Amino acid sequence: MKRPPQKTTRRIVLLALLAIAAFALAVPAQTTDPSEPVADTLLPDTSAITPSQAPAPVPSVTVKDNPNDNGGAIRITWELSPADTAGGLVAGYNVYRADSETGEFRPVADAPSGTAFATDNRVENGKDYYYKVTAYSQYIDAGEDKVQVQSSGQVYGPVQASWQVFNMDRLICLILVLTVSGSIIHFIRKARRGGAIYVRKIGGIDAVEEAVGRATEMGKKIFYIPGIQDMNDVQTIAGIAILGRVAEKAAEYETWLEVPVSKSLVMVTARETMKEAYAKMGRPDNFQENQVHYLTDDQFGYAAAIDGMVVREKPATIFYMGAFFAESLILAETGNAAGAIQIAGTAMPSQLPFFIAACDFTLIGEELFAASAYLSGEPRQLGSLKGQDVGKAIFLILIIVGIIFATLNIYDLSPYIKVGQ
Amino acid sequence: MRREVPLIITSIAGLVFAISFFIPLLGDAQNRFSDWVSIVQSFAVWLGLLNLTKVSLEKITRKREGWQYAILTVVSLVIMLAIGMFDGFSGLAQDPPVSYREPGTNFDWMFRYVYTPLTSTMFAMLAFFVASASYRAFRARNFEATLLLVAGFFVMGGRVPLFDLLIRWFTDYPLFNQFADWIMTYPNTAGQRAIMIGIALGIMSSSLRIILGIERSHVGGQ
Repeated sequence: MKRPPQKTTRRIVLLALLAIAAFALAVPAQTTDPSEPVADTLLPDTSAITPSQAPAPVPSVTVKDNPNDNGGAIRITWELSPADTAGGLVAGYNVYRADSETGEFRPVADAPSGTAFATDNRVENGKDYYYKVTAYSQYIDAGEDKVQVQSSGQVYGPVQASWQVFNMDRLICLILVLTVSGSIIHFIRKARRGGAIYVRKIGGIDAVEEAVGRATEMGKKIFYIPGIQDMNDVQTIAGIAILGRVAEKAAEYETWLEVPVSKSLVMVTARETMKEAYAKMGRPDNFQENQVHYLTDDQFGYAAAIDGMVVREKPATIFYMGAFFAESLILAETGNAAGAIQIAGTAMPSQLPFFIAACDFTLIGEELFAASAYLSGEPRQLGSLKGQDVGKAIFLILIIVGIIFATLNIYDLSPYIKVGQ
Repeated sequence: MRREVPLIITSIAGLVFAISFFIPLLGDAQNRFSDWVSIVQSFAVWLGLLNLTKVSLEKITRKREGWQYAILTVVSLVIMLAIGMFDGFSGLAQDPPVSYREPGTNFDWMFRYVYTPLTSTMFAMLAFFVASASYRAFRARNFEATLLLVAGFFVMGGRVPLFDLLIRWFTDYPLFNQFADWIMTYPNTAGQRAIMIGIALGIMSSSLRIILGIERSHVGGQ
């Protein structure tokens, strides 16, 4: 039933007012006077530097094994030179390394002014190293060469690099992954035992059969575009999995399904998938290898080739399932102009609005990954979708708790939830 | 065996990648797998090239719909390949050797003055497609579309200086610019993050199905 227009207008006005109120609360009052000149603190005042003037040295340096790695790296951190914090004279920092306290120090890293750390990635595990850090100024000499004037540097060490068994920065992430994976496996097992699994209806996936049927009725082709990424992209794998289900329908209805691809490995995989789908439906002879063909690896070349095919051959149905970038709208708008029914699915958030605007149905993000399981109707696969919901519930609770804590200024949870580098 | 071996390889590779995220020592194994993927992809380029040639030649000989375009494809392929090989071999004979991709070579000329303008033309068409898609999406047919229209009005208004220039008669405050920033920073980011969380969970579930061998359609299984 259609909503009365007055009610819709009222809701829009209310929402707009709420947005304006939130905006007004969020934007702080302007306190700076625009007529006041802004001090340029970013650029060092090079005119103040003379060849004999070195910046003040760094007050202290800490050297230790780079944490959470597989060894071969030492982390050097230092307090900024007083000349740097005062602003101006320091152009950067040089980091030197030696095998012994009195040995020859060689440069291993540098950092711009305002930076207080560097990582030396070229060390051996279990060997002693010594470091010193110098601050430097820079000026241009008469020959227009850059000349560095360095501060003195104290020697720090010894320090050894070592490897760690586990990346502790990712502990919370591991706990979340194990919890969600555990729930997915639990629901898969439950489904295998014959437990009832309810999965909500997804319009875009339900339309697949209708779209294939339309092409059959019109006696026209179906195009299936699996994106422009290779087989090492999970979206392409999801796209190929859905292709298997679409190919079954196409084989059943004896409709020509054509898959132009932009990667050779995708071509080989798509061919195998379709061959199996046709065999499963009892029509192995209907499959022809040239149904899956390579066009080009080039993004816009691929888009141009498909646009040409769509304009010339006017397919009844076009599927876009996989990873898409700027070519998404070029493809979808051409398909729309050709009058094809279009079903898209991608996990590229920036391309979703384009597909929503130009296609009849769009699988948004997670729906792309759920589509193959949904279309298979196999309980074990449907069970995995149910397990995802537990993950959503966990994230929802964490978000709500985080919002409450942050709003009431009780505690900042964000450092614990981060994945870590 | 034809199906089991790829499934086993997929499961092992998937597990190594997942575990190496938490165990730094396995980082090398992950890099090794990535190198193998690159090597396989490089060899696979020939598969694509041969397929493109075969399909195009078939189209030409059987005079299928659009066979003229197939001639263009084959001719372009041969010309680019010939120029690249000529530049490559003649560059090798020079002292010091010059790569076929160096500025000044015939291949570089073709790349700069044929390939790049063609690519740019396709990309430029996007502007017109955005306009036509926006026109359809912004028609205020229902609540959601009207909301999109209102948000779009403010975001577009905030991204060009004209709107803030017009309201200068009333206030110096860059209202449109600030409101556009607010829409992009808060409601838009919140929506994008919700989608990203769903995608992450979807990838996790999908990966588990593949690693456990439940999802087999990508290796031709059901």
